[in-house]
Amino acid sequence: MGHTIAEKIMAAHCGRDEVHAGEFVNAKVDFIVGNESTSVLAIQGFRRLGCDRIFDKDRILILTDHSIPNNNVAAAEYNKICREFSKEFGLKFYEVGRVGICHVMVPDHGYVVPGDIVIGADSHTCTYGALGALSTGMGSTDMLYAMVFGEIWMQVPETMKVVLKGKVRPGVVGKDLILYVISKIGVEGANYKAIEFCGEALDDVSLSSRFTMANMVIEAGAKCCFFDPNPETLDYLTKRARRPYQVYTADADAKYCQVLELDVSDLEPQVALPSLPENAKPVSEVEKEHVRVDQVFFGSCTNGRVEDMRIAARILEGKKLADHVRMVVIPGSQEVYMESLKNGYIETMIEAGCAVCTPNCGPCGGRHMGVLAEGEVCLSTTARNFTGRMGHKDSFIYLSGPAVAAASAVAGYICSPEHV
Amino acid sequence: MKKEMNGRVWKFGHNVDTDHIIPTKYLISLDAMEQSTHCFENVRPEFGKKRRDGDILVAGRNFGCGSSRQAAPLVIKNRGIACIIAESYARLFLRNSVNLGLPLVILKDASRKINEGDEVTVDLLKGLVVNQTQGTSYETEKTPDFLMEIYENGGLEETIARKMAALKTEEGEMQS
Repeated sequence: MGHTIAEKIMAAHCGRDEVHAGEFVNAKVDFIVGNESTSVLAIQGFRRLGCDRIFDKDRILILTDHSIPNNNVAAAEYNKICREFSKEFGLKFYEVGRVGICHVMVPDHGYVVPGDIVIGADSHTCTYGALGALSTGMGSTDMLYAMVFGEIWMQVPETMKVVLKGKVRPGVVGKDLILYVISKIGVEGANYKAIEFCGEALDDVSLSSRFTMANMVIEAGAKCCFFDPNPETLDYLTKRARRPYQVYTADADAKYCQVLELDVSDLEPQVALPSLPENAKPVSEVEKEHVRVDQVFFGSCTNGRVEDMRIAARILEGKKLADHVRMVVIPGSQEVYMESLKNGYIETMIEAGCAVCTPNCGPCGGRHMGVLAEGEVCLSTTARNFTGRMGHKDSFIYLSGPAVAAASAVAGYICSPEHV
Repeated sequence: MKKEMNGRVWKFGHNVDTDHIIPTKYLISLDAMEQSTHCFENVRPEFGKKRRDGDILVAGRNFGCGSSRQAAPLVIKNRGIACIIAESYARLFLRNSVNLGLPLVILKDASRKINEGDEVTVDLLKGLVVNQTQGTSYETEKTPDFLMEIYENGGLEETIARKMAALKTEEGEMQS
């Protein structure tokens, strides 16, 4: 019997010839990432237990991204704890002005490569599956364990194969594909499982879009996902990877718990309605409802990359936002910010009436830079539209890709980019 | 860890997400007990005042979906909840609960078997849930041995403490 990618990578990380779905193993980790919101609990545990060592200073990174620049005293203390711990143990620390959202920074800085096991104290750590790494979110105590011992307990996941057939229409991006997949399988549809994405439709799906798709597999409960590296991915790795790597592929006779085939040839841009990511509908249906938006949030680990900024800037070029709409734009990292600046995207956005902020997670978690008031509607390029997540418990979050978000900011209601 | 518990039920539906359990805005907190007072505040505002130590949560499918926040099971634990009975749990919530030693019970059709306010007894070792109010009893899904061992150790932090101590003893012996 053949093996899935997850089984192969996990076997290689626990010194075994083979492992099978369902087994529990202690797996070596190649890289650990945390943010200030979760790492502080790990650091407090580290101090409480009197730990005096970490397994490898070059394989642990704490990136402050949720509450930077410090937005209140508690956040200031949290960021200080992360800064001091990093300095004490020789971890690279990216200070405000150099830091960005961890899931944009970690791959862009070459910290993760195909075949790795990466764990992160952040649910969206699954993002690096776009590069072919087994990458998954865990809790703070997991992070602590792995920081000290360089390994962590894991269960070998079953794998679901998602085959995307056909050819995607122009203007359809990774966000639309993943919202569609989640709408098909539901928010629990891939719980505990790995997903292997394949199919000819992926030929036209950029690496940036793949990061978006991988980022959101957790919204179907998945542990991790895998994309086979395409030429764009290999080129990206050549420029950025800090370590040599091995690309794993599944055996032809690997065992899958489910094979889902979806023809995406007719798929149009998707919008997820409040308050679960599985509530996706085609934008043409949603626009009939004429949903008036108060705010558009553009950014996050889901859609805060240069390609997203380019898509939005093209739509906003020469236009003005609707009077009643505020559009908060937050580039995912300083690199994304700078490239968008050089390419003129930022100027276009500001001319259109957007507020452009320094890289961070923004209002995605309802903390700062765009928190919602009672009754407000936000169209967001983020991953989650749970009740109250971005502010008041009676505010409403819709999710979309970059083009629908920018177009809707101009129109003032949720609409297809064709109409602006 | 306590193996047998008896408590009053707070009932929830399917897909209770981590923002329901503890909104993201409270994650950065310098006071864990104060943080726990915000548990369920958006979806069950009365929970904070009316919960009692030893109460039990009952829910449908996919309890704890969403973020990796360890604060989710932590605030539930800090609010004195003895255990959770649900039809299924999101992976990250399950992982964090095991690591923190918060008992999770998987019971098929839990939503139909237990009502709000029922008195329920849970026996973790026997894998049994008894609904005292309705006079019914049910077998639960078995917790894998690997996870039971983490529970038995008192959670993952305790496991780290033991492993650290063993390492230090080993190093001491090598030096002497």
